[in-house]
Amino acid sequence: MNAPQPLHPGVNLDVTDRKSHEKASEVIFGFWIFLMSDLVLFAALFATYAAMSTQGIAQGPAPSEVFDLGSAFIETLLLLLSSFTFGFAILAMKYSTSRLRLLAWLGVTAVLGAAFVAFELHDYYVMIVNNDAWPQTSGFLSAYYLLTGTHAVHVSAGILWMIVLAVQVMTLGTNPLVKLRLLRLALFWHMLDIVWVGIFTFVYLFGVAA
Amino acid sequence: MNLKTASNSVPPAEPRNEQRNYCIGLCLALVLTVIAFGLVWLKMVSGTQALAVLGVLALVQVVVHLRFFLHIDLGKSHRDDLMLILFTSLILLLIVLGTIWILWDQHARMM
Repeated sequence: MNAPQPLHPGVNLDVTDRKSHEKASEVIFGFWIFLMSDLVLFAALFATYAAMSTQGIAQGPAPSEVFDLGSAFIETLLLLLSSFTFGFAILAMKYSTSRLRLLAWLGVTAVLGAAFVAFELHDYYVMIVNNDAWPQTSGFLSAYYLLTGTHAVHVSAGILWMIVLAVQVMTLGTNPLVKLRLLRLALFWHMLDIVWVGIFTFVYLFGVAA
Repeated sequence: MNLKTASNSVPPAEPRNEQRNYCIGLCLALVLTVIAFGLVWLKMVSGTQALAVLGVLALVQVVVHLRFFLHIDLGKSHRDDLMLILFTSLILLLIVLGTIWILWDQHARMM
């Protein structure tokens, strides 16, 4: 073992923690396979939404009547910032010897994620109250709630996962197992932001512009 | 923490470098997001043209996220992951385009 080699894409732990780094490439590649199959699920939902949002409006409201771009913009910023702060959490894990900094960045990320979910639930509430836009109103709305709801459930699961790992950092410390778990959660979190790029572009922006 | 291998191999520039990467990613993503929302807010795009313009902006933003947040690059050691991502992209494209094509065709026949 001479010069540290990056074994996998993403933040490599080589320079500060050789032991974790040696175990990383296998588990992280496996997690990439999970992420990609998760993306296939989202692709199916996107495809359904693409068909339903033009042909499945029935007697219900059209996309441009129900979407609030301002709220979508805030949600985008929240999720983007949380992706960014998670990056700093990982760097804190890699370089800092104090757990506090890692926990603080994780906390900020979880709060931003929770704010994102809250905004989205508020969106649903406004749509239902103002436009009577229930999931069962039209094919378009069913597909909309299914797609954004699946994403929101993923984000919520990510937050729960983050809390569990924060507890592990507090009780077990940053041992190799916990570090690798955090690296994988980071990949999951960044990937959710990528899915959201698709949602805000093709659901919200294109829905209003078309 | 296990720092015994680290003491002489940590170049002081590296943490700063990695932080800068995340900051560049954030700035680029913000700019792309603001452009996309701005175009729609100012009603500068509509219809198929909107789909094309917004689609390209989204694609660029996805690449920015992959590059700066997920750190995928074209380096040799990352080939496996790159292959995995490219293959999955192909599958995604088939699923999405295939579904849209077939459902569109069905819809046209039922009108």
